[in-house]
Amino acid sequence: MEAIEIYDISKSFGPVHALESVSFTVRAGELFGLIGPDGAGKTTLFRLLTTLLIPDRGTARVGGYDIVADYRAIRSCVGYMPGRFSLYPDLTVEENLNFFAALFGVTVAQSYNLVAPIYRQIEPFKNRRAGKLSGGMKQKLALSCALIHRPQILFLDEPTTGVDAVSRSEFWNMLSDLRQRGITILVSTPYMDEASRCDRIALCNEGRIMGIDTPRGIVHQYDTELYAVRAHNMYALLEEARKVEGVDACYPFGEAHHLVAGLGFDSGHFAERLGFLDGLHIEPVAPTIEDVFIKLMKR
Amino acid sequence: MNDVVISVRELTKRFGDFIAVNRISFDVPRGEIFGFLGANGAGKTTAMRMLCGLSYPSAGSGTVAGYDIRCESERIKRCIGYMSQRFSLYNDLTVRENMLLFAGIYGLSRREALAGSERMLGKLDFVSEGDTLVGSLPLGWKQKLSFAIATLHSPEVVFLDEPTGGVDPVTRRQFWEMIYEAASQGTTIFVTTHYMDEAEYCSRVSVMVDGEIRALDTPARLKQQYAANSMDEVFRILARGAKRGE
Amino acid sequence: MQNNFLSFVKKESLHILRDSRTMLIVMLIPVVLMVLFGFAISTEVNNIKVAVVAPNRTDAIRKAVTQLAQNDYFSFYGYISNDQVDKKLRSGEVNAVVLFVPDYERRMVDVGSGVSGSPVIQLILDASNVNTAGAASGYLQSILWGPVSQQTLFETRMLFNPQMKSAFNFVPGIMGLIFILVCAMMTSVSIVREKEMGTMEVLLVSPVRPFKIIMAKMIPYFAISCIVLLLILFLAHYLLGVPMSGGVWGILSLSMLYLVLSLSLGLLVSTIAQTQVAALLISAMVMMMPILMLSGMLFPIENLPKFFQVVSTLIPARWYIDAVRKMMIQGVPIAEVWSNCAILFGMTVLLLGVSFKKFNDKLE
Repeated sequence: MEAIEIYDISKSFGPVHALESVSFTVRAGELFGLIGPDGAGKTTLFRLLTTLLIPDRGTARVGGYDIVADYRAIRSCVGYMPGRFSLYPDLTVEENLNFFAALFGVTVAQSYNLVAPIYRQIEPFKNRRAGKLSGGMKQKLALSCALIHRPQILFLDEPTTGVDAVSRSEFWNMLSDLRQRGITILVSTPYMDEASRCDRIALCNEGRIMGIDTPRGIVHQYDTELYAVRAHNMYALLEEARKVEGVDACYPFGEAHHLVAGLGFDSGHFAERLGFLDGLHIEPVAPTIEDVFIKLMKR
Repeated sequence: MNDVVISVRELTKRFGDFIAVNRISFDVPRGEIFGFLGANGAGKTTAMRMLCGLSYPSAGSGTVAGYDIRCESERIKRCIGYMSQRFSLYNDLTVRENMLLFAGIYGLSRREALAGSERMLGKLDFVSEGDTLVGSLPLGWKQKLSFAIATLHSPEVVFLDEPTGGVDPVTRRQFWEMIYEAASQGTTIFVTTHYMDEAEYCSRVSVMVDGEIRALDTPARLKQQYAANSMDEVFRILARGAKRGE
Repeated sequence: MQNNFLSFVKKESLHILRDSRTMLIVMLIPVVLMVLFGFAISTEVNNIKVAVVAPNRTDAIRKAVTQLAQNDYFSFYGYISNDQVDKKLRSGEVNAVVLFVPDYERRMVDVGSGVSGSPVIQLILDASNVNTAGAASGYLQSILWGPVSQQTLFETRMLFNPQMKSAFNFVPGIMGLIFILVCAMMTSVSIVREKEMGTMEVLLVSPVRPFKIIMAKMIPYFAISCIVLLLILFLAHYLLGVPMSGGVWGILSLSMLYLVLSLSLGLLVSTIAQTQVAALLISAMVMMMPILMLSGMLFPIENLPKFFQVVSTLIPARWYIDAVRKMMIQGVPIAEVWSNCAILFGMTVLLLGVSFKKFNDKLE
């Protein structure tokens, strides 16, 4: 069964093409990641699928319902966490949760076992105003609120943006747990390193999908040789490396620079050419999703 | 001591009973890219505000570009550049207007400002976009532009508060190349980020947890010390013990 | 689904109660305005300092001056000479001067016997405050006319507001203004705030109908406005002594209609404005200015240029203030102002209809 089916959807805002003929499907029970920077059209896609916007062209189905014709049906079976902090800062943790439960006509008790693993972590602070919570705790409360009516499909728009690395990794653990319970999750993120936590991902940029596959499959698509190069003076290395023939691209990547080998590249020759740089070191390296993204962007 | 641009001793900031920054000490030499990491609420922003002369320390001392952060904050403001993800540029002004405006704010003469902004436009390959409204530029361009503007008056130190949030990987790298270049010309860079791979680009990295600096070293030595493969792991090992949120 | 409506109302009430500063302002503004308009800003004639120029202080003149000095509205400054008149008025030492002609008594006899002649008394007034000068002139004339003749040529009676107390006129005006302020401004800001925070997105992506979202927003503000309404009526009656002779129930029911109208106006603003600042500006500029200028609150509508008289018919506050004024001060029962009620009702239905139609359950 497909939880989300998107066929050739386009959406423009005036002269800006937010989405241009996007198509993909998300299977039931899948944790699907939309990976892309700001302006990729992720938020627009979420708003289309949660029936807040109407597409200019194309159709989509969520949980089997058409996003235009059956939008009311969709609204009762999905959970949505928009990009911004979408809770009431002047209400307490508990009041927020109760309110969102009532919004969907359920009680907290009915859904407690689903939200419990997440909510229990913030329950000690249930009388604190939501506005006074830390970034990680806000995130947990927002997720609890989005889950309170036991949705089949969960839409999370950039839930980890601006959150520190530890909270981010905790959040992904929670998502994995939810997936185990059979909830379909569509999540977007600008952090490439989070892609590996998804079952499948779509790389998107400027309103287009550049590639869809499992994280491993995406990396397998990378068909050129990639090297990690290092030297004491990294900036000089970057400038010099780009002058060497056969180097398609060289860009900073973590502690090293990644070097994309083109036609006629030879690592031995490279080491010789730049031998004047102290501490020069070159070795083949396995590509990451970010390398794939960079390559697809340049195409 | 001309080569130490930022020097901080036992710097502390209290808000009532709450100790936001607890006796931090470090030195940043000229031309270094200093990564200032920490979990949400660890006290990074407070510490950065004190260094920029926006907040008065409760205890401890520090100098930035040779000026005392307690009593010479006005002088400090003149020789630093600041850029954050939140406030960057005026969207309803053109690229050139923004450049001239900030050049003026930092006290460049009209002639210096004009020459400086044209040079900057050329370097960024932005000459054709000089009269475009900043609001209509893509985010990545805006960020590059705000960095260029923050360095227009050749400051001694540039403070960057999460400069690359939400920017695509290619632009993010172009941005870091600008940082590298500025650093290689002797500008000191003080940067906070949530991207752990960016932490690896820094010459040295400090990790703040609960208002204190728990670790400060080169990325390579930190990874060695904590037997980790990446800065991400180092950060997680250090920040896991964090007791407080924002 | 009744349950979720109640929790909606509860949530809105919590927002309002937690924002205690705004609550305080909403409750304080009416009180401050009532006190200001009731006591401080007054167009009443009070304590007018009158000097008299009388070349011969005859008995008749003394009698007239005594009467003048005994009157509450005037205080007798003293006798001055003809050449001091200008100086005294200019310095503000006196507000009015009464000049008697030298042969006052003889001329009075002529007037009394029907022989027409030149004026016998001249009034010189400081008219820098037009209202005060006009009223003072009227009072002075009526006081001084007495000794002129036993037979009464004119009798003027001020009906409904015999003391010409300006507070009476301002109370309906304040009500017309305050309810727009509280209802329209606060509802529009509270709805737009949710748009800004992003919570509106979550509310829309829920099975709850927009109708319910809106109604739940309106109810707490309606309740607050009712409290403010009672507060104003209480202050008006017991502090300022406004008679309310037309019946409190009539005033209450008309005011409630006006509250609903203001709420729907706020709703309409919220569908246009995207930011809280915009909502505030629209409420303040587009709604408050016309109410102040064109509703008859400060300036009588009859005195406006023709064009603005036509514009004023579009302003709900005009009809409301007019009707309340009639009921509060003239003692007219609500049935007599049915046309105002009908117009207000029509406006409410129209505004509600338009705003419900405009309040989309999409983001565009």
